[in-house]
Amino acid sequence: MEQVDRTGKKVGMWLFLYTEMMLFGGLFVIYANYHHRYIEEFANGGAALNLMVGSLNTVLLLASSFTVAASISALRKGTRKIALAFLGASISMGLLFLVNKYFEWGEKFAHGIYPGSTELGEGPHGLTVFYGLYYTITGLHGLHVVIGLGLLTVCSALIWSGRIHQSNDIVLENSGLYWHLVDLIWIFIFPLFYLVA
Amino acid sequence: MEARKPLANMAEGRVVEASAEHPQPYRHLLAVLLGLLVLTAVTVAVSRIHLGALNVWVAILIASLKSSLVLLFFMHLKYEGRLIRTTFLVTIFTLAILISFLFWDVSFR
Repeated sequence: MEQVDRTGKKVGMWLFLYTEMMLFGGLFVIYANYHHRYIEEFANGGAALNLMVGSLNTVLLLASSFTVAASISALRKGTRKIALAFLGASISMGLLFLVNKYFEWGEKFAHGIYPGSTELGEGPHGLTVFYGLYYTITGLHGLHVVIGLGLLTVCSALIWSGRIHQSNDIVLENSGLYWHLVDLIWIFIFPLFYLVA
Repeated sequence: MEARKPLANMAEGRVVEASAEHPQPYRHLLAVLLGLLVLTAVTVAVSRIHLGALNVWVAILIASLKSSLVLLFFMHLKYEGRLIRTTFLVTIFTLAILISFLFWDVSFR
């Protein structure tokens, strides 16, 4: 049977995840700096965001992380179909997350709140900074959700075709790590934007 | 295979074999998810109570607890060997230095 260097592949994945942590960590540092300067405006900006949608998206990502972890367990138990079902649930919840994000952004756009809008330009500078960070950070996170969904879809196809199986699951495990990182970053985004009011 | 063994041993250290071969039981994963959901409810509830500057620290504390649960159990950090655990801590330490230097600078402007 083909020999797979599990440790090497996993360490490589973690090294990549560290760069992702530094990327979002840098953005959080910028957020902290401006929050310190514009406490009032950030509270007003946070109050205008939809806490219900934010909380729902948090629950969706947490639950999808669980189903990804469960799909790895299912594959190791040799129950391929259950693994596929769990992955399907994760992909559905990831898509729902994006749908919510679409309506959330759309509603803000309809109120003239988007980068470079005249309405935002006429308001206080701190609010422009808040929404600038909101769109940058949630946008970059959304891009990660899209990439994660792509990876999970590829994994499903590989499990279906038998290329990922009980004794060769490193591709699923690494894709799972990526998906958990997306969840991890959202855990910090949620209080920074939705609970700052 | 033989040539890789020292690295594999160093990286896998303690009980990684258990993680690679034996699946995590569903009920353990479900318990982690329940913990995460409860902490989410707590952080939303606490944010509605006005505690002044303390609100931010409580939110960061709960987010750190939640991320620890994800890292330790969903991402198996608890079962990884010394190599991954050490490099992870070095990354967090570097990030902490970055953040503290920024605030050091900001507070003297």
